[in-house]
Amino acid sequence: MSGPIIALDRISKDFVTPLDLAARAANLLGARLRESAIRAVDDVSFAVDEGEVVGLVGESGCGKSTLGRIVADVLAPSAGSVNFRGAPRDELAGEAARTAALKVQMIFQDPMASLNPRLRVGDIVGEAPVVHGIVTRAERRDYVAALLERVGLDPRYTTRYPHQFSGGQRARIGIARALAVKPDFLVCDESVAALDVSIQAQILNLFMELRHDLKLTYLFISHDLGVVEHLSDRVVIMYLGRVVEIAPTETLFRAANHPYTRALLANVPRLEARKQRFAPIAGEIPSPLDPPSGCQFHPRCPFAMARCKSEAPALREITPGHRSACHLNDAA
Amino acid sequence: MPAPVLAVTDLSTSFFTRNGAVRAVNGVSFAVARGEVLGLVGESGSGKTVTGFSILGLVDPPGRIVGGSIRFLGEELAGASDERLRSLRGASIAMIFQDPMMTLNPVLRIDTQMIEAITAHEKVSHRAARARARAALAAVGIASPDERLAAYPHQFSGGMRQRVAIAIALLHRPALLVADEPTTALDVTIQSQILAEVQDLCAESGTALIWITHDLAVVAGLADRVAVMYAGRIVEEGPVDAVLAQPLHPYTRGLIGSVPSRNARGAPLNQIPGMAPSPADLPPGCAFAPRCPRADVVCAGPLGMTGHPGERAARCWHPYVSEAAR
Repeated sequence: MSGPIIALDRISKDFVTPLDLAARAANLLGARLRESAIRAVDDVSFAVDEGEVVGLVGESGCGKSTLGRIVADVLAPSAGSVNFRGAPRDELAGEAARTAALKVQMIFQDPMASLNPRLRVGDIVGEAPVVHGIVTRAERRDYVAALLERVGLDPRYTTRYPHQFSGGQRARIGIARALAVKPDFLVCDESVAALDVSIQAQILNLFMELRHDLKLTYLFISHDLGVVEHLSDRVVIMYLGRVVEIAPTETLFRAANHPYTRALLANVPRLEARKQRFAPIAGEIPSPLDPPSGCQFHPRCPFAMARCKSEAPALREITPGHRSACHLNDAA
Repeated sequence: MPAPVLAVTDLSTSFFTRNGAVRAVNGVSFAVARGEVLGLVGESGSGKTVTGFSILGLVDPPGRIVGGSIRFLGEELAGASDERLRSLRGASIAMIFQDPMMTLNPVLRIDTQMIEAITAHEKVSHRAARARARAALAAVGIASPDERLAAYPHQFSGGMRQRVAIAIALLHRPALLVADEPTTALDVTIQSQILAEVQDLCAESGTALIWITHDLAVVAGLADRVAVMYAGRIVEEGPVDAVLAQPLHPYTRGLIGSVPSRNARGAPLNQIPGMAPSPADLPPGCAFAPRCPRADVVCAGPLGMTGHPGERAARCWHPYVSEAAR
């Protein structure tokens, strides 16, 4: 195993809503309105090793998609840096920057929203490799056909439009498009969430085959713990923009440390559980506009102490490879 | 055994489009008893939602119930007048939808909507109705119900809106509640809160519950009986334990095999090849045959539901019987 392919170093991302005209006018009159900022990702650091599948889990609004977009270089972080094979990506230039950009590709949740409805599949999949000089215009046809076959689609479909496909087939087109520029690293953002279980199983199997055949590395973003457990080597759990726990999959599902992770695991409906007594954690995810002080989970945490309200816990190693951000680990 | 709250027999609902009739629900039969939870499971296009809509008489043209009977507490609902259905809906039969904004009017305050729902079916004073609305909100776990009554739906989060929708559905302690994927759009922790509340409320009031979902895992934790739908038909029905432990129908078995948590980590999932047929163009005989590992020539022949020991039934020529008996 070689070093990390992607390393995130203290990444933060703020989304600032600028003041509108009325607010600016009010400020001229002394209203002192301020821009509202949402910290979507807050000081996140972790690395993904070559060939590894890292699952990124969290509920809506926890910043997992934003983080995925930063990794895929679709969004720029407000602070911190993304290292690609050891080099800070924002310092790369020329050929090296181009390679870094091509080697990390993203697959989106809703293929209908990410596939241009007016382009034929052959153009959707074949445009990027021609532009980037991976194949010539003359070779494009065969190249696209091979890619479609690789993801389990009939190569004769190149002249069809996205709306002529089912949801599962569209997911396959999205995967073919990402593979077209020969990436090493795929960011999959809820790529199977919208699919029926039987189709989801087909796509998950495809992801695993591709990983094996093409030596791919994945950052697999999902709210579905079952999917993540099945696919990942390591799991990162996020809550309100922060990483609360990172552990090898086995360890996380056997011996989760953080109270939030444990609550999540306890609340996942399982096929094995009959007449489950659902014992939910109280409350809802707080608004990221007004996050709680200290540990962001403390208003919902059954073990919260005075310290949790004032001081944010650091992500610390509790056993080798298993890191958790909880004050309870200091007490023990 | 007491008479069921709802007995659906041979229900068929079709949509009449320019390209011919689409048989969305095709001869579906099941029953739900008082206090029982029936999980109605299927993938998109299997007809599970249309089945729910048919029970409440909510199928709009070009759709129409074309056959079968829906007996609710002994009364026939298929073909009942709009007026009669309206007096039942919300009072003795209620429905929760996937998107609570389908239940809630965005331009009315919550109290207005809840009080209207109460006074539509009962002659009570405005004040008494308000008190009941308040109690109903508190019962579904909404904090400070007095303030929340005066709020508009957009001021609630998704989970809270779904709670309000459930509170409204349960206002009249209905004999039957049809829930159509009400937790699909919600986060895990919120889903679990809603499931806990529905479980409690139904147990308390003896409401019969039909829980429509694509998620077998939710059904496993919630339901007493499960009916699996495929291409407009129920293909397997029985007690949840037996069906999930030893499915008779190859489709049920395929569905269970497709759930990641059931499989060894990293191992290929037991996927079902192909995809569901269009309900406008169903193959003759068993609709699952083209995807089925056990299919042969008999499968193209006509096929009904056959009973199996343990109050189970399946629509299959080659069920996994010996395995189930073992």
